[in-house]
Amino acid sequence: MSNESEGTVSKIFGSLSSTMRKLLFCSLSVGPIPNHIAFIMDGNRRYAKKRNLKEGIGHKAGFLTLMSLLKYCYELGVKYVTVYAFSIDNFKRRPAEVQYVMDLMQEKIEGLLKEETIVNQYGVRVCFIGNLKLLHESVRVAAEKAMRATANNTKTVLLICVAYTSTDEIVHAVQESCEHKDEFKANGMMNNGEKEHKDEFKANGLINGHKDEFKANGLINGHKDEFKANGLINGEKQQEDHVIKLVDLEKHMYMAVAPDPDILIRSSGETRLSNFLLWQTTVCELFSPSALWPELGLWHLVWAVLNFQRNYPYLEKKKKQL
Amino acid sequence: MPQEPKKENRIMDLENEMQKVVLWITQIGNLVLLLLWHILHLILSLWYFAVCIAHSLESSLISGGILKRYKSLNLGKVQYFAIVVDSEEAHQTSKVIELLQWLAAIGMKNVCIYDSEGVLKKSKEAILERLNNAKLFEEATKNDPLLDKNHITLEFASFSDGKEALAKAANLLFVKYYLSGDQEQTIFTESHMDEALRAIGSGGPDPDLLLIYGPARCHLGFPAWRIRYTEIVHMGPLKSMKYGSLIKAIHKFTTIRQNYGK
Repeated sequence: MSNESEGTVSKIFGSLSSTMRKLLFCSLSVGPIPNHIAFIMDGNRRYAKKRNLKEGIGHKAGFLTLMSLLKYCYELGVKYVTVYAFSIDNFKRRPAEVQYVMDLMQEKIEGLLKEETIVNQYGVRVCFIGNLKLLHESVRVAAEKAMRATANNTKTVLLICVAYTSTDEIVHAVQESCEHKDEFKANGMMNNGEKEHKDEFKANGLINGHKDEFKANGLINGHKDEFKANGLINGEKQQEDHVIKLVDLEKHMYMAVAPDPDILIRSSGETRLSNFLLWQTTVCELFSPSALWPELGLWHLVWAVLNFQRNYPYLEKKKKQL
Repeated sequence: MPQEPKKENRIMDLENEMQKVVLWITQIGNLVLLLLWHILHLILSLWYFAVCIAHSLESSLISGGILKRYKSLNLGKVQYFAIVVDSEEAHQTSKVIELLQWLAAIGMKNVCIYDSEGVLKKSKEAILERLNNAKLFEEATKNDPLLDKNHITLEFASFSDGKEALAKAANLLFVKYYLSGDQEQTIFTESHMDEALRAIGSGGPDPDLLLIYGPARCHLGFPAWRIRYTEIVHMGPLKSMKYGSLIKAIHKFTTIRQNYGK
């Protein structure tokens, strides 16, 4: 009997707090709401240490916090949420810990695809951002499956950065831009090459009998030298006008699927970016609450959004200038 | 028969009344939300006001040398120091010079000063003139045996040293590895980028500490490649800069411990 009444009390409490939260969010919506929020989930291990728990429990508590913050963000109307789940630098940790986190990620990724999760409730498209080749095979497979399964959702987007660092992203973008330009050029060059081949044939045909083979070779060599000379001139010309422009790099960034973040929240009070979204945070408000990640809650988010609204005119002006 | 039109009229009146009531409730609701929004922002403003007063007080105590723990600064940890200034505030060259003079007096050896539009680059000569013992970073890197104690090297940076420099470096790599006719494909690494950036003159060292003087905590395009592990601290607008706050920020930095991902 008491269990039932406890159940109903908590249900009433739950729906009351949900209504209060919706009221709060409606009120916040009077001002501008950020389109994209990024989170650095820092402090799981410290949380576990603080409460004398096993390290793994800290990560699990962190996951619960992530789910509730995602719910709040999507309810508020934020379309894109990015989280820094695992850095390339984190591979330097003890192998047992890395394995634990990888297993946890795989478990949670597979869990996301089940029914009645936040993914279906808010129509979330999940994208995994980073050098996925560095991940353990099973995690990568699960991630790709999740991306395919949610590819048609359009309401909101969740970008999970795993095996990611900004510097790696920039190098990758440079490599991709170079490859792209090279292919483009190669297609152009092949046409020229074919033309030269036809001319060679012509030279051979004109000189019959092979008596003047030497001459023929000379002609062919002459052609070859011309080709080489042309190639050199083309090469020099290309050095002058920059082949790779800023837009090419932007296009090939892993994060090109989303606009730049408006707010970046790093928990546990650390003030550095730790190689996260360095390229994309040009006009992004950085916020560092001192709470550890599992302790982060609704009011931290509300505080961050209020600060964003306060600085909105300034940041919009800067966006137009840069 | 005449009863039916009467009924219809009454239903229509009722509908109109209901519409009016709904409209009225919605308007009241919107006003309540607006009021709530203003209250939230009022709380935020009061908080910042209180924080500002507390900081001013603390800053005067630090400048006056009363708080003992700020008396000696361990500058060994700050090898390279950076400042981001809002471009509009950067026009107040006298304030910028004052800030640099404070840094030189504290003993900072290498400072990079950035503003997104390049206003500081234009006032480069004026700044260098007013500061004694200041040299440009590019010139001072060649070993100078005459370096004395209060020597400070300055680097001036703007938006073109950030993303655009990375694009130029990408071009350099493209020309070097793809246009040279090499059949092998080189896989680019971060050291290739480092080399390319140095070659185009944007290879400055990574700052350990970055202070932002502006209305928002936002790095405004400081060269992304260099701020991987840089501690970023917001100091408020340049016009209200305080010596004590500067000391406090540097002192706090010297107590931080980084794991670098481990």
